[in-house]
Amino acid sequence: LSDEASRPFAGLSDVSISEDIPVEGDISVPMGSSRRDDEFSTLDEPVKETILRDLRAVGNKFIHVLYPKRSSALLRDWDLWGPLLLCVTLALLLQGGSADSDDQGGPQFAEVFVIIWFGSIIITLNSKLLGGTISFFQSLCVLGYCIMPLTVAMAVCRIVLVGGSGPVSFGVRLVVVTASFGWSTFASTAFLADSQPANRKALVVYPVFLFYFVIGWMVLTFSPAQ
Amino acid sequence: AAGNMSAGSGSRNTNTEPWGSFDDNLIQGGGSAVIDMENMDDTSGSSFEDMGEMHQRMKEEEEVAAEAAATEDDNTDDGEFLGMKGIKGQLGRQVADEVWQAGKRQASRAFNLYANIDILRPYFDVEPVQVRSRLIESMIPVRMINFPQKIAGELYGPLMLVFTLVAILLHGMKTSGTVIREGTLMGTAIGTCFGYWLGVSSFIYFLAYLVNAQITMLQTLSLLGYGLFGHCVVLLVTYNIHFHFLFYVLWLLLGGLSTLRMVRTTFPISPSFPLLSCDLTVCVCVCVCVSGGGPAVSNSRSHSSAAPLWDSVAAPHALPALPALRLPQDRRRSDMTSLPVVMSLNRHLLSESHFLFVVSGLLDSLEGPNMAPMQRVARDVPELTLNATLRIQGALLRAR
Repeated sequence: LSDEASRPFAGLSDVSISEDIPVEGDISVPMGSSRRDDEFSTLDEPVKETILRDLRAVGNKFIHVLYPKRSSALLRDWDLWGPLLLCVTLALLLQGGSADSDDQGGPQFAEVFVIIWFGSIIITLNSKLLGGTISFFQSLCVLGYCIMPLTVAMAVCRIVLVGGSGPVSFGVRLVVVTASFGWSTFASTAFLADSQPANRKALVVYPVFLFYFVIGWMVLTFSPAQ
Repeated sequence: AAGNMSAGSGSRNTNTEPWGSFDDNLIQGGGSAVIDMENMDDTSGSSFEDMGEMHQRMKEEEEVAAEAAATEDDNTDDGEFLGMKGIKGQLGRQVADEVWQAGKRQASRAFNLYANIDILRPYFDVEPVQVRSRLIESMIPVRMINFPQKIAGELYGPLMLVFTLVAILLHGMKTSGTVIREGTLMGTAIGTCFGYWLGVSSFIYFLAYLVNAQITMLQTLSLLGYGLFGHCVVLLVTYNIHFHFLFYVLWLLLGGLSTLRMVRTTFPISPSFPLLSCDLTVCVCVCVCVSGGGPAVSNSRSHSSAAPLWDSVAAPHALPALPALRLPQDRRRSDMTSLPVVMSLNRHLLSESHFLFVVSGLLDSLEGPNMAPMQRVARDVPELTLNATLRIQGALLRAR
C-alpha cells in the first residue's frame, strides 16, 4: 500500500504506442524568445523612435479624452507625461495675470500646480477608500488627462481677452468654460465611476465635480495685466 | 489571525527585542486567540488601530523568528570560514546585517502603521442617502439620543464639506480682492478651514475628556464637519448676493441652527458637561463664519465705512450664545451658580475681541482710507469681573 502511495503513477509506466500508427504533422515553434529579446533591448533603437512612441501613446490618450467612450486604454497603460504637460501649460497660461504689482490678480504657478496635484491625490485616496478598484496612478492619470478641455478653454479665453474684457467677452468665456468643465467632469466620471460599486457613484463624482469647478473658476476669473 | 497564532505557537521563544515582555502573552495559548483587554480603549469608536497594531506585532514575531532561523543557518555555514576571514570581518558583517534588518523592520512597521490608508477605510463606509440625511439633520437642533454611540462617526461628509468651504472662501476672497501679504490665498483658505475643523474638534474632545463625557474624537470631527454645512450655504449665498440684511438673517438662522444642533447633541452626554464649553463651541463656530463673511460683506459697493459693521456684528454675535445659556434651565440641577455664566460671558467676549482683531487686520488691507483709525486698534482683553463685562457691553451699545 505504501508502495502504491509513494508512486501514484506507477501503473502507467507501461503504456506504449504501437508502431503501426503513423505519427505525423507540423510542429511550429513560436519565435517568442528572440522577439522578447528585441522588445527588452529598446536601447538600440534611435531616440526619435522612442520619443515618437511615447508621444503617440500620449496623443492616443488625448483622443480618448476627447471622445470619452468606455474604453480601458487610459487605464491599462497609464502614464503621467500627459498630465504633467497639461498642468504646466495651464499654469503658464494662468501666469501673466495682474500679478505684476503687489496684489495678486492671478494664481501663481505653484498654486496651480499644488491645486491640481493635491486635488488629484485626494480624489484618488477618496475613491480608494470608498472601495474603488482603480489603482493610485491610474486614477491620477485619468484625472490629469481630463484637464485637457479646461486647458483648451484657457487658451480660448486668452485669445478672447485680447479683443477686450467687456460683458460680451465675459459671456463668451462663461459659455466656453462651462462647456469644458462639463466635458471634463463627464469624461473623468466615465472612467472613474466604473470602478466603483453602483450605489456609490455619486460619492465619487462630487469631489471630481468640485475639483474641476475650482479649476474652471480659476480659468474664468483670470484677468490679464492692464 | 487564528492560523497565524497556531503557526507561531510551536516556535521557540523569539525574544530578540530588549523589552520582549509581550512575546509570551501573544505566542502562548497553542492556537487560541488571546485578546489583551488592557490595550483596548473603551471610548474609541473602533478598535481597528489596536487590532492593526496587534496584527503587526504578530507578523513581526514571525518575521523575526524566520530571520533568526535564517541567520542561524548562515552562521553554521560561515562558522567554518571563521578561521580564514578573521573574526573582525565576520562580526562586522553580522552586526551591519542585523542593524540593517532592524532598521528595515522599524521603517516598514512605521510605514505600515501610518501610511496604511486601510485604517481609514471603515470611516468612509457610507451611502449617498446617509450623507444627504445627515446633512439635513445637521440643521435640526433636536435634543439627541441618550446613547453617544448613535452619533454617526464618518469622515467622508465632513471632509467634502471642508473642501467645499475652502472653495467658497477662495471664491469670496478673490472677488472681494483680499490681499494676503504673508502667504498665499490658497494656503490661507486651506489652513483656516482645516485648522478650524481639526483644531476645534480636538478642543471639544479635550473638553469632553476633562468632564468625562463619552464622546470620541471621530464623533467630534464628524459633528463639527457636518455643522459646517450651514455655514457653507450662508457663505455661498451671501458671497453672490450682497445684501447685509440677507447675510445676517441667513447667518443667524442657518449658522445658529447648526451650532445649536451641535450643542444639543453633545450636551446631554454627560451630566457634568459645563456650560462654558457649549458657549465656547458656539462662539468659535460663529467667529469663523463671520470672519469669513466679514471681508466679503464689508467690501461691497454700498458700504462706505466699517464702523457700523463692528457694532452691528457685535450685537448679533451674542444672540447665538443665548440659547446655549438657556439650555440648562430644563435640567433639574439647582447648583447652577452665576460663576459659569460669568466665565462664559467673559470667554465669549474674549473670543469676540480676538476675532474682531483678526477681522480688523483683514479689513485694514481692504479699505485703507475709509476706515476710522479707532477701529484699527485691538480691543483690550476684559478682566474676569462682572463689572468689566457690563462696562464693555455698555460701551458697545453706546457706540451704535
